[in-house]
Amino acid sequence: MDFLLEVLVGGLLSGVMYSLVAIGFVLIYKTSGVLNFAQGAQLLFAALTFVSLVEREVPFVAALAITLGAMVVIGLAIERFVLRPLVNQPPITLFMATLGLSYVIEGASQLLWGAQVHGLDLGIDDAPIEAAGIFISQFDLFAAGIAGAMVLALVLFFRKTRTGLAFRAVADDQVAALSVGIRLPRVWVAVWIAAGVVALVSGLLWGARLGVQFSLSLVVLKALPVLVLGGFDSVAGAIVGGLLIGAAEKLAEVYIGPLFGGGIEGWFAYVAALAFLLVRPSGLFGQKLVERV
Amino acid sequence: MSFRKTISRLALAAALLGGLGSVAAKADGEIYFPLQSYRVGPYAAGGTGFFGGFIDYLNLINERDGGVNGVKFVWDECETEYKVERGVECYERTRSTHQPAGPAAYNPLSVGIAYALIDRATSDKIPLITINHGRTDSTDGRVFPYVFPLQLNPWSEASATVNYIGQQLGGLDKLAGKKIAVLYHGSPYGKETIPIFDLLAKKYGFEVTQIEVPHPGNEQQAQWLTIRRLKPEYVVLRGWGVMNPVALKTAVKTGFPVDHIIGNVWSNSEEDVIPAGDAAKGYVSVTTHPSGTEFPVVKEIVEKVYGKGVGNLEDKGRIGSVYHNLGIVNGILNVEAVRIAQAHFGNRALTGEEVQWGFDHLVLDDKRIAELGATGLVQPLQVTCADHEGGGAVKFQQWDGKTWNVVSDWVASDRALLRPLIEQSAEAYAKEKGIQLRDCSAANPS
Repeated sequence: MDFLLEVLVGGLLSGVMYSLVAIGFVLIYKTSGVLNFAQGAQLLFAALTFVSLVEREVPFVAALAITLGAMVVIGLAIERFVLRPLVNQPPITLFMATLGLSYVIEGASQLLWGAQVHGLDLGIDDAPIEAAGIFISQFDLFAAGIAGAMVLALVLFFRKTRTGLAFRAVADDQVAALSVGIRLPRVWVAVWIAAGVVALVSGLLWGARLGVQFSLSLVVLKALPVLVLGGFDSVAGAIVGGLLIGAAEKLAEVYIGPLFGGGIEGWFAYVAALAFLLVRPSGLFGQKLVERV
Repeated sequence: MSFRKTISRLALAAALLGGLGSVAAKADGEIYFPLQSYRVGPYAAGGTGFFGGFIDYLNLINERDGGVNGVKFVWDECETEYKVERGVECYERTRSTHQPAGPAAYNPLSVGIAYALIDRATSDKIPLITINHGRTDSTDGRVFPYVFPLQLNPWSEASATVNYIGQQLGGLDKLAGKKIAVLYHGSPYGKETIPIFDLLAKKYGFEVTQIEVPHPGNEQQAQWLTIRRLKPEYVVLRGWGVMNPVALKTAVKTGFPVDHIIGNVWSNSEEDVIPAGDAAKGYVSVTTHPSGTEFPVVKEIVEKVYGKGVGNLEDKGRIGSVYHNLGIVNGILNVEAVRIAQAHFGNRALTGEEVQWGFDHLVLDDKRIAELGATGLVQPLQVTCADHEGGGAVKFQQWDGKTWNVVSDWVASDRALLRPLIEQSAEAYAKEKGIQLRDCSAANPS
């Protein structure tokens, strides 16, 4: 029983890390209907920029500020040079544009900072805490705290600020939002910057976990089943989806994996998401779209 | 960022756009190595180090000696990003170039690409070098005349690792009743040793549990909790890329002692431990060659190659790293094979078929290794028509948080146990493909 609990807790904490990435997707999708496949590349760029600056003896806070500035510039550039020229194009065109963008950002990251791997120490002890015979990672607890704080900040932002309300209006109905005077390009710029900030936070946490290296951009693959399960347009869905996927894949790996020769967690999350998609296509918390045809 | 670095990176970008980066001039009468390198993508850290070391050694021979017996080396780089289809594309693009001699050998440093090229290279009569990796049964030169898993094949590595664990426990007889977990990368490379660990467990009486980590290996909580429940004495880590630091970090998180994890030859570089930070302190791994710059050949590369500004590594701090030294060792073996072939065929540019003869007769004894300035860097090697591995021994090194320190002498694999299995597997392959076995007793009676 202790072991089951340990696997469950470990899975939930891993799920939080997936949620961090998924939130970046949700922000963009919610306001522009675009599935931003470049989220992983943005995460890699943020982490690589930060760690490269720190290695060049730029102080921690200054490196954070410069990286944040870089993410803002990237957000502005994406809106100006990618999204604006493609306005009113079908969603698949926009998706393909972000797919191309991910390669451009990945290539630019390595071109600018090199292909070396880097260690990233955020000063958080990774030794486990033992509670009732169960080992819990201090780092994962810290990451869960950061994810919780970020969700809280996003909820307050969406509910209490003018820009946040504009986000929601655009998410609800772009044409109606335009008709009441909301400037769509400005909202898009803001949301890409917000996604850049999320990429920075998740990049630092994932970077501290894996090391800062090219594979960071592959963590998007962990976020996709989370989005299918939780819904593409719900921050709460990203959190719940992440927890469910994290727990399910770990339990499956330990208890079902041996029946298949092991190594099933890579595809199990997708099978679970696919099964869920058949039952509830909009995900747990996703908005159900009803269109008149 | 310096102007020079910017220019070099722009040059890299231009090379990538072109797909094929011509690094040296093309000319007849030169020995040509087409390099299927990977300098971008998830495995770029390994690729830049290995191909950097290989090119640095070829440059040393060109700069210091004017080539081998007066014949200079030239090479092209073709970016694969470690992708099989790109590796094959690079092969097809280069296999017929630099005629009349053509390519001397291919060195893809990728199990996937190597597997895809075995039939092609054999049919084109160009040696395919898979140093420290590749298909184990390609050790049998009767069936695979053009494939050379030099120094160490995966089964030898598994056997030597078990022998080392036996030494640590106080003798091979102490393995009985012990538990060993093998954590392997979910790829053909990772799965290559599954049967051999089962066989060794049976022979020595230990219990082995083999656990797969799906590619790329950035999530291992479930695997390490399973290991925690098993409570093995040792964990053998057969990782690649990001899987390695994540394994070490997750081991610490789940309370497994890192000094009881033995990494394999692809889990043994600085790039595998630095991202893991303090979690990697005490970690032990296999090596066929130590890191370090104290070897005369490495010193010469620093002086005569980097001193002239033609060194391949952008970050000079990586000179003498595990991957860079592996590249240098690979360079030594390729150049020595060419030298041996020239002694037989004449001092001129050689065809792939002629260079294959050189690899087939490659012998490196202590005296020759000392002449090359590589004592302690390269193990004595005797490749024959039938045995394309030639070495089969490893040392073990331990990470102290800053450097690797060698902690063992050469540990040999159980070649007497492995050879019949290798032959059995190779013969099955030959039967499947309708390959006539070479008669090695006549070709190379050694």
